Amino acid sequence: MLTNILSIALGAILIDNFIFSQFLGCCPFLGCSNKVDTATGMGIAVVFVMGLASAICWVVDTYVLVPLGLEFLETLAFILVIAALVQFVEMFLKKSVPSLYAALGIYLPLITTNCAVLGVVLLNVQNHYNFIESVVYGITGGLGFMLAIVLFASVRERIDFADYPDCFEGFPIALVSAGLLALAFMGFSGMKIF
Amino acid sequence: MKTILLSILVLGALGALFGALLAFASKIFHVETDPRQAAVREALAGANCGGCGYPGCDGYAAAVVKGEAPCNKCVAGGAATAAKVAEIMGESNDAAEKMVAFVPCSGSTGVAELRFNYSGPENCRAAMLFGGQSNKLCTFACIGFGNCVKACKFDAMHIENGVAKVQRSHCVGCGACVDACPKNIVKLIPASQRIMPACSSKDKGPIVMKNCTVGCIGCMKCQRECPADAIVVKDNLAQVDVDKCIQCVHCADICPRHIILYFGKTG
Repeated sequence: MLTNILSIALGAILIDNFIFSQFLGCCPFLGCSNKVDTATGMGIAVVFVMGLASAICWVVDTYVLVPLGLEFLETLAFILVIAALVQFVEMFLKKSVPSLYAALGIYLPLITTNCAVLGVVLLNVQNHYNFIESVVYGITGGLGFMLAIVLFASVRERIDFADYPDCFEGFPIALVSAGLLALAFMGFSGMKIF
Repeated sequence: MKTILLSILVLGALGALFGALLAFASKIFHVETDPRQAAVREALAGANCGGCGYPGCDGYAAAVVKGEAPCNKCVAGGAATAAKVAEIMGESNDAAEKMVAFVPCSGSTGVAELRFNYSGPENCRAAMLFGGQSNKLCTFACIGFGNCVKACKFDAMHIENGVAKVQRSHCVGCGACVDACPKNIVKLIPASQRIMPACSSKDKGPIVMKNCTVGCIGCMKCQRECPADAIVVKDNLAQVDVDKCIQCVHCADICPRHIILYFGKTG
């Protein structure tokens, strides 16, 4: 059981990193990575939303959809859950952590339509994870996202001082460096723990 | 049939459940916002033009309520809006002078000499790609492809005979055209200022004569005859000091090139 969870966690963070090897959640990854502070905030929000979404979606799937034979509604029901959840997280942050709320700005509502969050809950179903495995996969998937976005934000902060051709100014150089980071993460691909 | 009904029921029930939870949560996590912020936002023009320097009307309203911004920054709303905002904030109204855009160029088609016939994209920046100057010989001239017209959200800029003209009754002074002009010749002037030399050329007289049949040649006649010493020729160009100008229109009458414009009451 413990080794299983460890393998899921390491897989989600490094080997099958949501951004670098599954290419899910690229929108906030590129949009929210100008500063390490904002990136960390975004990462925490994603960890929170992915963990909660995995838990609630597992309950909805196992106790509502599967017994009634409505598995084909999974995508639709999960979108509903995630949308409500993000709305909830937004309200929570506005009340409790206003500085984070202001820093995230437009990107928090963007998590609603973030494929990484929807991806993690659909992968939970596909991989037949139980409740604990689902939550672990959700949280570690979020941590993988956070690792990627914080690494990338640090790189982008340094790029500002780098000497690169003018035509790469802004987004192009960000995409090039994202590609190089993804290449680095390819080093983990194919690895298997236990 | 049963599956369809069941699907509708399950999704409906889930939606209703989440809706109820969210409604409940919005009560618990309710954040008190300053009611004045909504009132200020309501009083603003709502064009989101960014003329105040804040990100949209919401950003400006928040800054006003926090006391970080003065009440009279909404250029689109003008004095009336400033008065309303000041009333909400309980401050005295020191409304800013209304500004309007002005294009100091008279080099319309046939007046300004051309370097070549340009038939590329209708865009001032594109026309400037040919060696950093446009198809007009005068390097200070309005190119007349309407980057300012596209930037204007209030339908106040129009191209007439190859030169941008400002319709003062529509202009709110947001300055979008000033930023859009690649020649940097569009400027904001006080709406009460009725006299303006409509030329930007800093070239010497003989060069201006060659480039344009109306440009300012720096003859200094206006400077000599101005009763208020308000008009000065600097960098070969007549320039009006709006603080000193008494709007007597004398300079407009005597200018040998007839480029000092007088805006009538209708503007």
